[in-house]
Amino acid sequence: MFSLEGITNTVHEWLNNHFSPTLALLTEFVLVGVAAIALFALLGLGLVWMERKVAAVMQIRLGPNRVGPKGIFQTTADTLKLIMKEGLTPDGADKFLFNLAPYIVMIVAMLILAPIAFAKNFQIWDINIGVLYLSAVSSLSVIGVLMAGWASNNKYSLLGAMRSGAQIVSYELSAGLSVISIVVMTGSLSINDIILSQQNGWWIFKGHIPAFISFVIFIIAVTAETNRAPFDLAEAESELTAGFHTEYSGMKFALFFLAEYINIFIVCAIGATLFFGGWMPLHIGHWEGFNHVMDYIPSSIWFFGKTIGLIFLIMWFRWTFPRLRIDQLLNLEWKYLLPISMFNLILMTIVAIMGWHF
Amino acid sequence: MGASSLIVLFFAAIAFSVGGISIAKIFVKGVKNPQKGQAYECGIPATGSPWHQFNVGYYLFALIFLIFDVELVFMYPWAVVVKQTGLTALIEILIFIFILFMGFLYAHKKGALKWM
Repeated sequence: MFSLEGITNTVHEWLNNHFSPTLALLTEFVLVGVAAIALFALLGLGLVWMERKVAAVMQIRLGPNRVGPKGIFQTTADTLKLIMKEGLTPDGADKFLFNLAPYIVMIVAMLILAPIAFAKNFQIWDINIGVLYLSAVSSLSVIGVLMAGWASNNKYSLLGAMRSGAQIVSYELSAGLSVISIVVMTGSLSINDIILSQQNGWWIFKGHIPAFISFVIFIIAVTAETNRAPFDLAEAESELTAGFHTEYSGMKFALFFLAEYINIFIVCAIGATLFFGGWMPLHIGHWEGFNHVMDYIPSSIWFFGKTIGLIFLIMWFRWTFPRLRIDQLLNLEWKYLLPISMFNLILMTIVAIMGWHF
Repeated sequence: MGASSLIVLFFAAIAFSVGGISIAKIFVKGVKNPQKGQAYECGIPATGSPWHQFNVGYYLFALIFLIFDVELVFMYPWAVVVKQTGLTALIEILIFIFILFMGFLYAHKKGALKWM
């Protein structure tokens, strides 16, 4: 049966049979790199297209429909256009930092891919502190944003970067606390263990109300962390032109844009892994027959289905809620979400110790 | 794949970015114009530099974040062992969060969480 695990095993065996171990390892490194780049490009193009189509559906219009069937090549055409554009560096800018910032944002987006389980036994690195690694590396992206805003020597950029910095660091707390509340249940930081612990049901169902509360907090926090509407103050186009990437053009702008969509994919993948079981099919307790039927659907389809469902939810937010003001945004985090998530963590601990979860 | 995958991903990201930017450089023939290098401020010439003192509110939030984030890191090892330790872990985290919450209330009382 078709599975990503089978393909990787076949490639691994074939390489080891035909080449020396060193050469096989090097070839695998190159393959992983090429696969990661291909995933990046495909996700970037696909998610931008999805965003525009979802926006169109929400506003009862057609959206892109000229280039290719249903306008699916629209984003490819946009990328080609961006390649033809000149990448300007403003005269007053700090040239080194200005050119370094897009690389940092891209490297961080790429590094977060490492512990994510895309399908059964299909993971680049099954690190035993996976969740800690994810929260540590994903908080690095704020450095790239601040660097871009500061180096541009533009008032809009600096304001956008400052807002983005304050916002990302604030919302990281409640995202971290809701991640910890799932770790309390599983007792392991490894992504693989967390997925395997959901064999008889996903945590959002097994964990009663506290798990649901932490899911709601998590989804609000990651929406803010990825600078999505209604928390898109960092690039509020009606007040700050384009926020921290006002001065960027051409391919450097494209890199920022791509990294933004990759980050959305990654946070949704983390949410799907923690609360909806990652690649784990929908299992209900001891209903053996039902579980067996669900196992027939490949694990990669489960993972990407859940992730894209969450991405749709985040895109839905954008067309539902009006943009917040900066003080409202910080109030929401510090006066509501943070105390609630601390209290929720205690509730979750009680549920875990008493064994009240299923 | 182990820790070497990080190096692979690091170089993949660099290859992707450098590739994109250098392909763009081949196609683009830039026309020199002194106005192109100006900072964008909706058409009018930019006045003054943004590189001076900035609203302190942002830094205050960053400082409070720093305290809470360190506490968060302490919670990770606790969260792993909470099921084995049982009730002791619950009491300990109650004390921990109580102290944290007092600090939070203090910051709130001092007005650190209030926007100008």
